[in-house]
Amino acid sequence: MTIRSILAVAAVFAAAFVVPASAAEQAKVADYKLSNGLELVVIPDHRAPVVTHMIWYKVGAADEVAGHSGLAHFLEHLMFKGTAKHPTGEFSQVVARLGGQENAFTTSDYTGYFQRVPSGDLATVMAFEADRMTGLQLTDEVVLPEREVILEEQNQRVGNNPRARLSEQIAAALYLNSPYGRPVIGWRHEMEKLTRDDAIGFYRRFYGPNDAVVVIAGDVTPEAALKLAEDTYGKVAPRASIAPRVRPQEPKPVAARTLTLADPRVEMPVLQRDYLVPSFHTAKPGQSEALEVLAHVLGSGSNSRLYRALVVDQKIAVAAGSWYESSALDDSRFGVYGSPKDGVTLPQLETAIDGVIAEIASKGITAEELDRTKTRLIADAVYAHDSQASMARWYGSALTTGATVDDVTHWPDRIRKVTADEVQGAARLWLDKRRSVTGYLIKDTSPQAERRS
Amino acid sequence: MMRHLKLLAFAALLCLAAPLAHAVTIEKIVSPSGIPAWMVRETSTPLVALSYAFHGGSSQDEATKAGTANLVADMLDEGAGDLDSETFHRRLENHAIEMGFQVGRDYFHGTLRTLNEHRDEAFDLLGLALSKPRFDADAIERVRGQVLAVLRRENTNPNSLASRSWWHTAFPQHPYGREARGSLDTVPLIGAADLHNFVRHTFARNELTISIVGDVDAKTAGALIDRAFAGLAAKNDLKAIPVATPQGMGRRIVIDVDVPQAVVTFGGNGIERNDPDFMAGYVVNHILGGGSFSSRLYREVREKRGLAYGVSDSLVWFKRAAVVLGGTATRADRTADALAIIEKETKRMADNGPTAEELAAAKSYLKGAYALSLDSSSKVAAQITQIQLDNLGIDYIDKRQKLIDAVTIEDTRRVAKRLYGGGMLVTVAGKPKGLASSGTAN
Repeated sequence: MTIRSILAVAAVFAAAFVVPASAAEQAKVADYKLSNGLELVVIPDHRAPVVTHMIWYKVGAADEVAGHSGLAHFLEHLMFKGTAKHPTGEFSQVVARLGGQENAFTTSDYTGYFQRVPSGDLATVMAFEADRMTGLQLTDEVVLPEREVILEEQNQRVGNNPRARLSEQIAAALYLNSPYGRPVIGWRHEMEKLTRDDAIGFYRRFYGPNDAVVVIAGDVTPEAALKLAEDTYGKVAPRASIAPRVRPQEPKPVAARTLTLADPRVEMPVLQRDYLVPSFHTAKPGQSEALEVLAHVLGSGSNSRLYRALVVDQKIAVAAGSWYESSALDDSRFGVYGSPKDGVTLPQLETAIDGVIAEIASKGITAEELDRTKTRLIADAVYAHDSQASMARWYGSALTTGATVDDVTHWPDRIRKVTADEVQGAARLWLDKRRSVTGYLIKDTSPQAERRS
Repeated sequence: MMRHLKLLAFAALLCLAAPLAHAVTIEKIVSPSGIPAWMVRETSTPLVALSYAFHGGSSQDEATKAGTANLVADMLDEGAGDLDSETFHRRLENHAIEMGFQVGRDYFHGTLRTLNEHRDEAFDLLGLALSKPRFDADAIERVRGQVLAVLRRENTNPNSLASRSWWHTAFPQHPYGREARGSLDTVPLIGAADLHNFVRHTFARNELTISIVGDVDAKTAGALIDRAFAGLAAKNDLKAIPVATPQGMGRRIVIDVDVPQAVVTFGGNGIERNDPDFMAGYVVNHILGGGSFSSRLYREVREKRGLAYGVSDSLVWFKRAAVVLGGTATRADRTADALAIIEKETKRMADNGPTAEELAAAKSYLKGAYALSLDSSSKVAAQITQIQLDNLGIDYIDKRQKLIDAVTIEDTRRVAKRLYGGGMLVTVAGKPKGLASSGTAN
């Protein structure tokens, strides 16, 4: 759940660890801009003859027109349905023949596609990907069955999962004005009505080189990757309809909100509270990093404040924790959650959680907690470097949510600078109940609800 | 939002990947105290990744105390030697050491990942956890409460219900049929003595499989291994597990739970890992329902008809049994249709086998994926542990390509009949329209 989206490589190695020359060399990240506006990031990694190629479009569910929820994600599925040059399935078959892996993903802010292939086949997948940037062709014959697929995906992710239903309701209640309140998968009644024309219209408006970021991690030199990009993506004309993303922003939050979702399948009640907080992009310098440290001290792992207080010392919960999502174009979320032990009510648990948060707000955190958290967060950057795909994901998600390569590279430096006072200040400023929605997930025990035999 | 979900829990049992063709050079090493291991030197990242396994997993549990091995795994980082739970966790976190324990039916697996600069501390802490676990009463009660909470939640989760029912029915009265996590009846009965008993019988230097990957040489790796494992007993003491064949073929079991989407588990008898026809089976199963976007089941169920977000099946093997197991999730009013298509495609594969084109494409995929599947030190370590456990030999990396190339269309037809010709056991959790339980218990 917690995504530390912007981790860095170069600075970590420079500052904290003894690194062999080979690693220092491969930590050099190259960043180019083609004349049609496409950004190219290359993260060399020569351990194996493999590349991970990703294209990230700066468009997501938050860019949909109201009434068409789920469209950005539906289009992601339809992008596999073929172009004028390459009929449906051909791209996937070529990737499969290479033994490659491929997939795609959609969030509120971005839509991404990736392939992992032998480095000798990088040019092939780049040519296919550049072709479907503007060449997609759709017929009802492929669109209509795929609409059934996304409805089944909605069932699998949300309909069948009470926890996911709770999160969906909380986001919808938290965001009064921002499109972040809409589920990425969509609302079913709107998904059922999405059409081929909706998808093509969205595609023609938002897919183009001038809002795309290509991230290539693996066995390729920056110069060679740039040449390939110019030969493929470089030939695509920019899309005039692509404008800066300006979305409705949240008003100042003034009312603590609460909601209760009852579901007959709930065997373990859950409390989840989301606060409206700045993302890295909307924060003042240092604020997002302080929230990052706060989320770790408060609720990451069994040494965290929430776990120690509620699970170990007071013995009133079976689980408790917190998370912060820093990578978002607009204001983001900080979450706390817990599940009570038998015989403990959700209001009792909530009171205890409030106590833990109040203590950090009034007394701050210890030097030991601050050091331990920094060690852990900075080590994550080294561990990330062990995985090509993780590196590509971190750069891609950062660059599509308003950050720069430089921001990513210097993330560990900024974490190192966070002070205990700033963490305390973040707790006081942002973990204010008026900024939040508190959701209870409880068992629905009404007779008509209990149909399970 | 990923386009393709890793379907259901059993996917985790798969041994899909093979090591990197060019980059992985495995060395056999022996620690100063005499413990053998396989090592891959990887100097470009300043970390060490360890994977190891003891024989004896959840199948060693007493039926009345099912969940014992799993509770041990959950408890090993809850304090050891002089360090109580809080201190132990703090030592791990202060050095950003990642320590994990997982229970399978046949093996108890562990992983460790550490920055180079903290590797001595990391291996010392692991040694302490394995040889001197405390199992303090308050920690047991806390962790037991967490396990029970998960078990209660699974009671209404359609994925868990369909999967549990499949395993219970396929392996009645056999340890493979039990949940590794235990049940609401058995977990409350497990005491500290049971946990210590499991450790005493299982954690030993014989039948210990170790893989170490990272920025270390053989001498350093040997010393690290001794820090963690030299203090263990010389010999384990395990119960024999009887050979088993999955039961219930031809049966369909519907579990009524009020969810919008029915979850289906299907499967039958599989193929042993050391069977000469294993690779042919692996290839043919990839064509029928393997993980890529091109399998027959994926095309027929998802692409053409939109009946499900995901559908796949896999070969799963144990020491004493093997199964082929698949799953999907589909809307209640079309579950019968989806199931009919799965049964039809399975029978068609049993009757006719794959086409020559399908075989060529599958071989190409499986060989290529070889070089691509392992993109981190931890994945390499896990994979070479699996190669050791399956007794495939240190040259398996080279052999694998040839084994795939050697599979003929006749091999795939023969194996397809064997894998898919015997009928299936199907379990469905949800409210599938027009589907009821059928077939009889035998």
